[in-house]
Parts: sequence; structure tokens; C-alpha cells
Amino acid sequence: MSGETGLAPAIAPTDTGCADAPVLRERGQRAVFCGLTGIVWLHRKMQDAFFLVVGSRTCAHLLQSAAGVMIFAEPRFATAIIEERDLAGMADCHDELDRIVAQLLARRPEIRTLFLVGSCPSEVIKLDLGKAAQRLDRTLGTDRGAGVGTRVLHYSGSGIETTFTEGEDACLAALVPHMPAASAGAAPALLVVGTLPDVVEDQFRRLFGELGIGNVGWLPARQLADLPAVGAHTRFLLAQPFLGETVGALQNRGARHLPALFPFGAEGTTEWLRAAADAFGVCPMQFNRVAAPGRERAKRAIAHSQDRLRGKRITFLPDSQLEVPLARFLATELGMVPVEVGTPYLHRELMARELPLLPSATRISEGQHLDRQLDRVRADRPDLTVCGLGLANPLEAEGLSTKWAIELVFSPIHGFDQAGDLADLFARPLRRRDVLRV
Amino acid sequence: MQLAVWTYEGPPHVGAMRVATAMDGVHYVLHAPQGDTYADLLFTMIERRDRRPPVTYTTFQARDLGKDTAALLQDAIREAAVRFAPQALLVGASCTAELIQDDPAGLAEALDLPCPVIPLELPSYQRKENWGAAETFYRMVRQLADPAVRPAPREGRRPLANLLGPCALGFRHRDDVVEVVKLLDSMGIGVNCVAPLGAAPADLRTLGRADFNVVLYPEIGMEAARWLARTFGQPMIDVVPIGMGATRDFIQAVAALAGVDPAPALANPTTRLPWWSRSVDSTYLTGKRVFIFGDATHAIAAARIARDELGFTVCGLGCYNREFAREMRAAAADHGLDPLITDDHLAVEAAIHAAAPELVLGTQMERHIAKRMGLPCAVISAPVHVQDFPARHSPQMGFEGANVIFDTWVHPLVMGLEEHLLAMFRDDFEFSDAAGPSHLHAQPAPAQVAVAPAPTIVAQADIPWTSDAERELRKVPFFVRGKARTNTERYAALEGRVQIDIATLYDAKAHYAR
Repeated sequence: MSGETGLAPAIAPTDTGCADAPVLRERGQRAVFCGLTGIVWLHRKMQDAFFLVVGSRTCAHLLQSAAGVMIFAEPRFATAIIEERDLAGMADCHDELDRIVAQLLARRPEIRTLFLVGSCPSEVIKLDLGKAAQRLDRTLGTDRGAGVGTRVLHYSGSGIETTFTEGEDACLAALVPHMPAASAGAAPALLVVGTLPDVVEDQFRRLFGELGIGNVGWLPARQLADLPAVGAHTRFLLAQPFLGETVGALQNRGARHLPALFPFGAEGTTEWLRAAADAFGVCPMQFNRVAAPGRERAKRAIAHSQDRLRGKRITFLPDSQLEVPLARFLATELGMVPVEVGTPYLHRELMARELPLLPSATRISEGQHLDRQLDRVRADRPDLTVCGLGLANPLEAEGLSTKWAIELVFSPIHGFDQAGDLADLFARPLRRRDVLRV
Repeated sequence: MQLAVWTYEGPPHVGAMRVATAMDGVHYVLHAPQGDTYADLLFTMIERRDRRPPVTYTTFQARDLGKDTAALLQDAIREAAVRFAPQALLVGASCTAELIQDDPAGLAEALDLPCPVIPLELPSYQRKENWGAAETFYRMVRQLADPAVRPAPREGRRPLANLLGPCALGFRHRDDVVEVVKLLDSMGIGVNCVAPLGAAPADLRTLGRADFNVVLYPEIGMEAARWLARTFGQPMIDVVPIGMGATRDFIQAVAALAGVDPAPALANPTTRLPWWSRSVDSTYLTGKRVFIFGDATHAIAAARIARDELGFTVCGLGCYNREFAREMRAAAADHGLDPLITDDHLAVEAAIHAAAPELVLGTQMERHIAKRMGLPCAVISAPVHVQDFPARHSPQMGFEGANVIFDTWVHPLVMGLEEHLLAMFRDDFEFSDAAGPSHLHAQPAPAQVAVAPAPTIVAQADIPWTSDAERELRKVPFFVRGKARTNTERYAALEGRVQIDIATLYDAKAHYAR
């Protein structure tokens, strides 16, 4: 494969990579988070929103465990725990929900958007949260008090329907119908879709500005009260690969997707920016002038990890749908050799640019049968296994180096100026392995 | 419905996982939706276990619901039985599977497995983690303990005890077991079986060989111990040896039951708490107001230590597990307090604020509440984070446990001499908190870091301070300034003063003086 990561402008595979590769599809035990976990980063991003999970004690315990210490910072999420009385029909769930929402908004009156988040229990008992959200929105919406209301929306983050980052997809898809409609004659506008850490969003905002693309909206916006407009003039870039539903919802409103690599590494970020530049008629010289410095910085930063990672074999267990683009980055820019790239769900259309760049020998798997997959990891003995926290220490104890995957969702990894950090996240476990003498 | 941000306890199936993970040769098949596997990381990360918990999840998804989730469960059970070849298999449902009403017990029985299958009924919408652990352990003991196994004749052998209750994800369970085994050994008493921690189903079969049971953690071991008492006639010791007094009581009770001499165990040379507590440096601990919250067992033990062994005043006492409300009420009455029995952390926060303690002893939650209020705090009970599963030996039980507790509780307080010096030199320009930490002497003083009396939770009447009074307040050492401000404002409101001047400040000080 093209392990060379010189200054070639784009990556040119000698064959079609994994574009048409067979996919190993498995069913069985899946060691993954449910979509509720998305709340942990979504609530940090959307500063005027509150996430109320309607679920069981398990849901509350999950959020507490996943959010770690963050839970102690008076977070803007909570769980309405369903009790025996609710199940036995002794309490009307809708009355109960109204009471809890009132209690919540009395404590946090500054909340402008309230998400009712469905869970497995609420889905199984068919509690209609959509209807509840509509009802609450009527009473709490824009008519409340002095013209300032709380919008009430709904989506499902249940494990039976969503895997980990799909919770963000469900949330953003629920926001799309509430984006204002752009006027018919509006000038073309760019929309960036997917939660990015603020620092990364600001970097991209600066780059788009330098490219002369001034009209850029972000979904989600930091303040949900200021959702960007959408319409036939809208061209959108995906910052995250797990947003299939949201893509559909935006297309239904006339917006057009700009296909590109995802913005990981020097090449991914360059192509991602170029897709916008091309759509907005930015001249190539201008594009190069703007992108070249960041791209060179990214390459320099990545170089620090190259010696350690080149030729190393890596396996991804399914987690976030970030696996394919990250494997592409590691293969094309750092010379790593992907052994198995597991993903909870393979969205072929969104991966259309990524898959051809994966070495054709890569085993792509979708879904999971945990024990069989671990058997394969033990047989393959990769140099690095990317996996969840329930598996990382047990695999380390078997002598397999691991990189725990959740960090890839919580850390800033997109764009030129995070490329070095992203490479280092994978280099660090191997470096540590080399320095320890115990 | 109940609004919750923090939960002190997980759902009951997490309790069952704690028992399965604690044991050897047990596997648990949990009928649960995708996502419930999150609980694995409690064991691999917080307790830093080096293998996966012995739990297989069915991880059903929405598309399975219309079809046959029962078949999914049977497949998972069959595969787990072959792959892991357990000595005993637990089967049960998590909260969602409880709603879809597949019958794990019947479905498992139909498979005719080569090992005993123990079905668990854990009502997720009523009960919680500790109850789940106690129920699981009780079911296992009930099904596996062999009634034909009885104690051998006493002649020519040591008395034998079972230690019941230590578990995975238990606060200091690992080291408590070491201490208690040592203590029993010093009395010439042997241990037949420690369970569930480290026990295999084969070990549970021989529980009947012991002369008596020691219940280390009533929250987890009491159900099983009661059943063993009823069915096997095994007496139990339920004195929990946390603290000097309780450890002595424990030794006396065990010695009486086993018919051995307690003297060698009581004369423990490594006991330091009594002298440490009598030494003059500890004088300043006298009457310090302490607020205690945790599981009932640890909170009740802590209250006794606080009052009788460290000379604190217990100003608040409570627990989050309702199952032990009766024990908690009795203990609180003994301290002349109304017990706080709640699993709502906001109620705990309000109670701490109202009690105005100088030290908080609690769980991870109270640690953070105390941090926000600027109060010293030590952790005495689960739920705890990774730092409370330490690498070093850190028991709570026995004499070494008392040593550990003395250090742990006293460290967050400013040491006596230090406190004295701070008060004496508080007007010294180099010693004021505005001067910054002394080891950064060459640096310019950092911007004043207000050790905030935290966002005031109970709003005080809005009474203005005169500038003289504000200046005087700044002379109060920073670590009690927040409390001085709150007390003064509360006093001013009580007295109906229109402004707070220097006199009000000192009137309040006199009013709240001990």
C-alpha cells in the first residue's frame, strides 16, 4: 500500500482499496454504548439546552459512569426514573413527566431547549415522548412569560435503536425541522454538521473566512436559540461520519451534501476544505494559499509519531463509526497496517471517499459477535487494538496494547492543528509500552 | 417518576454482576439491550480488574423485538455454557428485558445444561444495587450450599468461620478481608470460606462446615447469613469491626461464640489510633462538627469513631439505603440526631448546608458537595471513584483499619499547630492569603482566589456589609472565612439588623461560639 506520506497533493491508491471489499457482518453480543452517551458531549456544546432522559435507574447509572467527574459540575442533563407506579398505571406517565419538567425548569429557568430523550424502557412501554414534547412545547414554548419560552423536542437515544454516536445523529435530526427556512433567493451558504469542540470550530471558522466563505452555519449551534437557516441554497459538509439520519433530514429540506473525506489528518482536512472551496468557487491559488500553512503544520506534527507507528498493525473494534476514517488516516498518513476495521454500522454512501483508500487486505466488519471478534484479535495479535473501556484492561493483561476508543470522541481530533495530537493518541500506548521497565 | 442526576446505587442487576465478578467459576447471562454493557467498565476501570467480568449480554436491538428475543437469550445461554464451562450459571433480566417478559428461568431450564442454573428475579423498578447483590448471593447460597455438610467434631481442631459479604466493587473489601482473617487467626480461629469474593460454587457447597458466620457487610451478606442461621443453625456475628471500639466488641463476641480467649487479639501492638488521638496535637479535634453520610454500615461505624474515638461532634448522620433505615434510626437517636435517609443528593446537599459542619465524611458525591462548599472531606463509603481502590493496603476494618481511618480523616483538616499559627499571624503581610503560596515566593502574588463560600444555596437576607466589617472579615483565616460570612449574615437576619458592622461580626461570633 502507499505507506509513503510525502508531500503528494492527494492520496492515489494503486487499486480500489476496500471500495468493493466484502464486509464481515456479525450478530451477537455487542460491547458498545447506547445513544444516551451522546448527551455527555452534546450538552457541553449546546449551552442553552437540557437533556432529560426518560428511563430507568440503569440509564441514570450509565450517564453517571460515562460522564465520570463531569457529573459533578451541575450538568445540564438528568434522568426521570420510571418507577413501579408508572408501570402499573397507578401514575399517568404524562402527568408525571409534566410534574418533573416543571420541577426541572424551576431549578434551571435559563434553559431554552429541553430534549426529552427516549430510552429502552420508554420505547418498550411505548411512552409517546413525541406527543409529550409537543404538548409541553405548547405550554412552555414561545408564549411562556415575557415572550421567552423553552422549546421542547424529542429524540431517542435508546440502546435498542442507537449505538453510541448515533445518539448525536438522532438529536441533530430532531433539530433539522426547527431550523428556520432560508428565503428562496438567498445566497449560497455553507453548513457544517456534527459536534466539534469549540476550539476546532473556531479554527475552521477562521479558515472558511480566509477562503472567502463568510456565510457559515454550524449544526449544532452553541446556542440552540440561534439555529442556522436551511434551504435549497445550503451546501453542507459532514464533520462527523455517524450522521446518516441528519443527512436525510437536511436533504429533505433541499440542502446538498458535499462529499469529502472526513477532516482527519493533513490530507483529510485538505480534501474536506477543498470540497467547500470548490462548491463556493474559491480559486485554486487562493485555496492553496489558505490551506498550505495548516497542511504543512499538520504534516510536521504527524511526523513526530511516524517512526513509532509505521508498519504497526492495528485493529479497531466497533464503537463510534469513526473507525473507517481513522483507519484511513493512520494507513495513508502514518503507514499503519489496518488488520480489522470494525464499525457498528457501515454507511457506504458516507464512506464512499474513505473506503477506496483503505488497503485492500483490510478486513472490514460490521456489527459484532464479541467473543468471536476477540478470538480474531488473539489470533491476529495486532500491535494496537482500539476498543472500549470494558475490554482495554483485560486485553492489556493478555499482553495486547490498546487505545481506548472513547477518547477519540471526547478529544479535539479534527483539522490541521489537531492532526499531531490525533496521531499521538495512537502512538502513546506504544511509547508507554516501550518505556516501562516493570 | 423521580428526577435524578446522581444515583448512589446502580440498578439491581449491577449488584448481581458484582457477585458474579467477585466469584470464580460463575457466569452470568444477562438479558439486556445493547448499551447495558457499560457496566463492565466499572470493574475493568474503577476496580482495575485484569479480565472481563464473567457476564454475557444478549444485547437485543429494536429489530429483535418483533421476532424472538427468547431464542436470542437461549442462544446466548447455550454459547456461554460451552465457551466458559462455568460451575454455576446465573440468568436474569435487566430493566428493559423485565418489561418484555421473556422467562429467563424457564428458558434456561429447557436447555438442560450440565451445570446448576440459578435464575434471578431482580425487580429493577423497585430495588437497587445492594439489594441485587444480597439477593443474588442469597439465591446462590440457597441453591448451592449442601445441607449434608456439617461441622466436624470440635475435638482437636480450630473453630471455623465463614466471612460473608465481601464483593467486587466493594469499598476496601479486598483489604478488610485480609485484616479480619488476621484477627481471627490471632484468636486461633480458621476461615472456612470467604464469599462471594474469591469463592467458587464448589466452596459455597461446603459453607455448612463452619461453626459460625461472620457478616462483614450486612448490605450484601445478611440475607444469606439469616438463611444459614435458619436452615443450618449456624450462629452469626453481625458486629462490624470498623473502629477501635467496634473491633474490640467484635473480638469479644467472636471469642464468646467460639469459646476462645480474646486476650491475644485485644493486645494488638500495631494499634496506634488511641495514642494518636490522645496526643496533644489532636486536642484541636475536640468538638469539630462532622457530617456523616454513606451506606448505613459505614456511616453508623463512622459516627461511633467520630464521637468516641476522635472526640468530634456528629452534627448530621444518614444513609442512602432504605433497607437499613431501622439500624440508621437507632444510631441517629444514640447521637441525638434526626437521621437523614434519602437517595436524593440535593437533600443531602441541603442538609450539609444547614448543619454547617467543619468536616464531611461521605461518598464520592459528598466529596464534591464539600468541595463546592469549601469544606474538608474524607470518603468512608461507596460509591467511590478509582482513587478509592488504592494499590496500597488500606483496610477500614480491624486495628490497622483504625490506623488508616485516623490518618484519612485528620489529613483534610488543617493540623492543630498550623491552625494556631495561621490565626496568630493572620495579619502578617507575608502570611496573608493574598501573598500567594510561599514556595512561589519569587512570583508575583496571583489574583486573589476567593475560597468561595460556594454559590450560597439558602439565600441569606440581603443585608449590606460596612467596609470596616468587610475588612475585618478578611482577617479571618481563609479556610473559615466562608463560614464566618454565612454565620454573620444568618445572625444579622435573625436579629433584624439593617447592616453588618464590626460589632455584628463579633456578636455573631459570640452567638455561634461553642
